[in-house]
Amino acid sequence: MRRFVLRYLIPRITQYLTIIFVGVTVTFVIPRLSPTDPVEAQISTITARGSTLDPQSIESMRVALTELYGLSGSPVEQYFAFWGRLLRGDLGPSLSNFPTPVSELIGQALPYTLGLLVPALIISWTMGNLLGAMSSYYPKNRPLNAIEVLGQVVRPIPYYIVALVLLVVFGYFVPIFPFSGAYPIGTHPNWSIEFILTYIYHAVLPAATLVLVGFGGWFVGMKSLTSNIISEDYVEFAETAGLKKNKILFSYIIRTALLPQLTGLAMTLGTVFSGALIMEVVFGYPGLGSLTIRAIYSNDYSMIMGITIYSIIGVATAVFLMDLLYPLFDPRVRYQ
Amino acid sequence: MLKVLRDLLKYDDRFRIAFVFLTAVVVMILLSFVSPYDPCKSFVVPWDLPPSREHLFGTTSRGQDLFWWLTYAVRNSLFLGVMTAIISRVIAVLVGLTAGYRGGWLDRVLMSINDSFVILPLLPILILLGFLLRSRMNLFYLAVILGLFGWPFDARLIRSQVLSLKERSFTRTAVYSGTSGFWITINEHLPFVLPIVFATTINNILWSIGMEVTLSILGLSDLTTPTIGTALFWANQHGALVAGVWWWIAAPTLVAIILFLGLYLLFMSINEYIDPRTRLRLIGGE
Repeated sequence: MRRFVLRYLIPRITQYLTIIFVGVTVTFVIPRLSPTDPVEAQISTITARGSTLDPQSIESMRVALTELYGLSGSPVEQYFAFWGRLLRGDLGPSLSNFPTPVSELIGQALPYTLGLLVPALIISWTMGNLLGAMSSYYPKNRPLNAIEVLGQVVRPIPYYIVALVLLVVFGYFVPIFPFSGAYPIGTHPNWSIEFILTYIYHAVLPAATLVLVGFGGWFVGMKSLTSNIISEDYVEFAETAGLKKNKILFSYIIRTALLPQLTGLAMTLGTVFSGALIMEVVFGYPGLGSLTIRAIYSNDYSMIMGITIYSIIGVATAVFLMDLLYPLFDPRVRYQ
Repeated sequence: MLKVLRDLLKYDDRFRIAFVFLTAVVVMILLSFVSPYDPCKSFVVPWDLPPSREHLFGTTSRGQDLFWWLTYAVRNSLFLGVMTAIISRVIAVLVGLTAGYRGGWLDRVLMSINDSFVILPLLPILILLGFLLRSRMNLFYLAVILGLFGWPFDARLIRSQVLSLKERSFTRTAVYSGTSGFWITINEHLPFVLPIVFATTINNILWSIGMEVTLSILGLSDLTTPTIGTALFWANQHGALVAGVWWWIAAPTLVAIILFLGLYLLFMSINEYIDPRTRLRLIGGE
């Protein structure tokens, strides 16, 4: 147990804290290196809207905004103040929905993003690994080869374009799926069976985008991992012993190759999350992605800052949690 | 070089498809130099015309010939990708070689920064950057920014190569004959690493062009420069799909798919060719 804590747990915790430290520092540094002053930019957008403000109130607004952006004091003071506000969970009010706090708006959008991302991620990972292993165990199976080609063709295409193609084909030319949103306009989210069904119906195309782009990578990865395993002695012994094919596939081949794929899943979370954001923009799905594009259009700087920081902490935490669960799957770590 | 090309064309289906697609891309890029229209000008041709013999991909609601406009878009997108790849390759090679050869605390510090960048969700960070630089963004800045964020994955790959090269006897011979660490890295290790650097370059170009599409859709790149991303941005701004101008969406999508698939298949094919074990399987033990 002591060895487990020293060798496994402490390095993971250090890595977790490093990621958050690097991420937060990057988000702190970027606005300060940028040639545009966010305070002046904000003031000029407000005055450009035509509201006549006397110099006195512009000045007081400048002070308030400087305070809000954490730009008062020396850079070192600013940096500590930045961390202080973060640790209190205070990211300031949204500028376009003043004075609703940024955290509250993100909190409302987050369930939609996660509700789509997590199932889609599980489906694409399971499907890719299962089919990939099957395709190297049964190399002459035609449907599997066709699926491999599909996965390889979609894999390099950006999420936005895949989402767009799916939307145009299945929402426009063959309108069998809804065009946008997470539920029909006019209904309110509730826990009735009816609502859950429409929710799933609306989630099909967005989830399909994530699955289609994602599963090809797992498929190839698993195929190359298992291609060495199927010629191992223990697999041949199992075959000679007359074990069932399925038993060999699941307990002897897939299980051995699953661990690197699990590590790979943690490494790609950030990319998939980014893909989910842009996919939501295409489908008008009311999650973080749509919140982001609204913030961009309404020049809501504090909102974009908030989304960036929440994403960094969220992805880092997800990776950390996966690291904590990893010993459950890998006996070598468990019995150290 | 020609022999390699011939081998790949002969034995690898993927390379053949990549070759056809990328030839189409190169032809488009070359055509951009003889384009009859200036891509920055609008309303030079009648607007909203569907594809025809005169206007191969139709015309946009801004009165531009879509085919000729896209020749510039492909050129700019690919230019961005190559620029990004060059910048991020330099960083990846430097970090990878240093971390791998020096080892110790330097390796640990570099790799934990490296891993942080691998795990961090890049899009939100790039959105923040794009948002702040919006009014000043141009293709060159975007390439620099993407270059600064595009190296971590490949740096780790290069480092792992160097770690194994370090244990080979020729490194030890060089060390004992008094060669400095710097020269060992440059003269002895770099040549071994270059094939991987080349393969990852293609992958990095892909990533960079994809990021540009994403940022442009959000309106965060230089929207006056024709790229694949800005083509889609303007089509969305004019509600092309709702107005029935479907070719404005379809043409850039098609060009993008050809470009992305071409590069990806080239990457996969070269990746297998570089590795002698998979190369033998590919061309059957020559």
